[in-house]
Amino acid sequence: MVTIEINGRPFEAEPGEMLLQTLRRAGVQVPTLCHLEGLLPSGACRMCVVEIEGQRGLIPSCAYPVTQPTKVRTHSARAVLARRTIVELLVANHPDDCLYCTRNQDCQLQDLVQQLGVRQRRYAGEKSRHIMDMSSPSIVREPSKCVLCGKCVRVCEEVQGVGCIDFIGRGSRSKIGTAFDDGLNVSGCINCGQCVVVCPTGALAERSHIPEVLAALRDPRKRVVVQHAPAVSVTVGEAFGLPVGADVAGAMTGALRRLGFDRVFDTSFTADLTIMEEASELVHRLQNGGRLPMLTSCSPGWIKFVETSYPESIGNLSTCKSPQQMMGAVIKSYFANREQIDPHDIYSVSIMPCTAKKFEAARPEMMRHGVADIDAVLTTRELVQLLHMHGLDLAEVPAENADTPFGERTTAGKLFGASGGVMEAAIRTAHWMVTGRELEAFTVDAVRGMDGVKQASVNVDGLTLNVAVVSGLGNACRLLDQIRDGRSDLHFIEVMTCPGGCVAGGGQPFGADVDAVRRRMQGLYELDRQESVRTSHNNASVKRLYDEFLGQPLSHTSHELLHTHYVPRDALA
Amino acid sequence: MIVVLPETTPEPDLESILAEYPLARRESLIPLLQEVQEHHGYLSRPAIVRIGQHLDLPTSKIYGVATFYNQFRFQPQGRYHVQVCRGTACHVKGSAAVFEAIKRELKIDAGQTSRDRMFSLEVVACIGACGLAPVICINDVFHASVTPQSVIKILDSYRKKAAKHDDQAA
Repeated sequence: MVTIEINGRPFEAEPGEMLLQTLRRAGVQVPTLCHLEGLLPSGACRMCVVEIEGQRGLIPSCAYPVTQPTKVRTHSARAVLARRTIVELLVANHPDDCLYCTRNQDCQLQDLVQQLGVRQRRYAGEKSRHIMDMSSPSIVREPSKCVLCGKCVRVCEEVQGVGCIDFIGRGSRSKIGTAFDDGLNVSGCINCGQCVVVCPTGALAERSHIPEVLAALRDPRKRVVVQHAPAVSVTVGEAFGLPVGADVAGAMTGALRRLGFDRVFDTSFTADLTIMEEASELVHRLQNGGRLPMLTSCSPGWIKFVETSYPESIGNLSTCKSPQQMMGAVIKSYFANREQIDPHDIYSVSIMPCTAKKFEAARPEMMRHGVADIDAVLTTRELVQLLHMHGLDLAEVPAENADTPFGERTTAGKLFGASGGVMEAAIRTAHWMVTGRELEAFTVDAVRGMDGVKQASVNVDGLTLNVAVVSGLGNACRLLDQIRDGRSDLHFIEVMTCPGGCVAGGGQPFGADVDAVRRRMQGLYELDRQESVRTSHNNASVKRLYDEFLGQPLSHTSHELLHTHYVPRDALA
Repeated sequence: MIVVLPETTPEPDLESILAEYPLARRESLIPLLQEVQEHHGYLSRPAIVRIGQHLDLPTSKIYGVATFYNQFRFQPQGRYHVQVCRGTACHVKGSAAVFEAIKRELKIDAGQTSRDRMFSLEVVACIGACGLAPVICINDVFHASVTPQSVIKILDSYRKKAAKHDDQAA
């Protein structure tokens, strides 16, 4: 330990750790724009500068390893003035349209202007003018609002292994863009939205579907149905001051009805359905010498990534559609039939923690007879906006139950929201399918938690099933490379695009707060701990759907509605 | 203004250049870009994509690095490559107005090539001929003490030269 003095008070620092880390542990708030937890410092924004005794210039604390006793002043007049000047320069060419910006009141740049007391335009710069990129079905880029912190570039390359954006040009003409400055839609972008979550300003946002959803809700001819993904109910309460990780599915259901949705379904129901199909597919592959390891297919960013960067692994992907698309398919077939509604008159909305789901819903494979199974996808953030717009406070709305026939869920389906959840749910059901018995202990601790790579071996009647769980596509790349180089011990791999799974998805609240992600995950585990129905095959509504409509897992109807195929994609990675 | 030129196929000698860098990684990127540009006169889209594949780097990264440096061009050179000196001496002697006049005349910006592929334009920091300021250089021929008026005539003389040459060839 090294004792350093922070603003006159002694504090124990870990030798070698970056000073910013020490300051945060000491509860001293130094602002940052370019810092990303867990990645190497870039030192680009200089917001975290401090005065260190014996050093002439101001030192960026994010890139200063503590090695010896020293005296640090974090808020000296000089440091604060430097920070304020940086912010003044950043806003000098920034478009002044905060009132109309998606990030109004949820913007780090705006916060800094406020905190540092910038009240005058000391530098009158030429306004930044760049063409907006609206080419992507998931993400809108507005480079004129960019402060060039570079977080999107680093997340895309270092965390996700995609690298479809980078700095273009230099000096005052620098901007972030794709190869050849083309649209995001023709780049290797997988629509995961991790760039959106880390962006400090309004330069990156989801492509909003709110106008379309509002139009459908006001259209008397439309029966508007909605589904919500497992991760959403343990997240959306945060925006209404409820505890992070608290499950507000009931209040959210009530609020969605008040918004005018005719039916509120739970995507966790089709997560259970996915498990029935996917576990059956796994057992089938294991027993018939099918292609292994089988790779999960719930995460649409991951799917596009395989299609683009690892097309030779397409055959390893499960053919199961994601829960969103399974729900879409059964709504416009079984439900439409049951309720005697023409599928054309159903407007199917999903609420997802994800931006890639917008892309997935628009895939041509996800349409039947010219009708899209999902008509609009709202992110968790858009849901919050919609609730605010209608004066609905989740802390006030009484809890209500989801609608039949797709409202019942087990905790296995709910676990889909966390990295490792699909695996855990699949193991529970695969064990039952193979042995006819339930597992003695349902919880598989080895696949829980925030680690980017998790492995476990499960004994199924003498057969050892080796599984791996990865989240963050950078981790997936490394595992796929190992398999390409001959690693052959794994049978089943769950891959989630975002680090930590859907609770950290690209449609979740801005800021990439790792602690909040962990607590949302705990919220899902808590449900699994408290409730009694914990296996997808014991979901009574799923059983009924098979009895009345689908027959059995992997049946002809299942294949038609619940399974899909993938295509190699030529994109500029 | 953006001049869009037709997409080209990878230049045939690209593979032979890449073959000189068999185990190349990111540190070889700039030498490789320079060599490709030397052979082709510019960095074509297919060349940038192919270099990325060769170095196992995203295309966006290659494009990002290449656009950082003024030396790289992304459009093929014209029949006549015009270099405008914007060094200190030329600046003092009015090279900014000369540059503007050329851009207006050719309807292109620095780094671009005219639609008829007759002229391409490049800005250079100092051409090393300060005594002749302001100076421009067309296909390695220097033109001294140019003015916004005289450059138009100089460009015209190259157009005539090209027409005459083509007539004779026909």
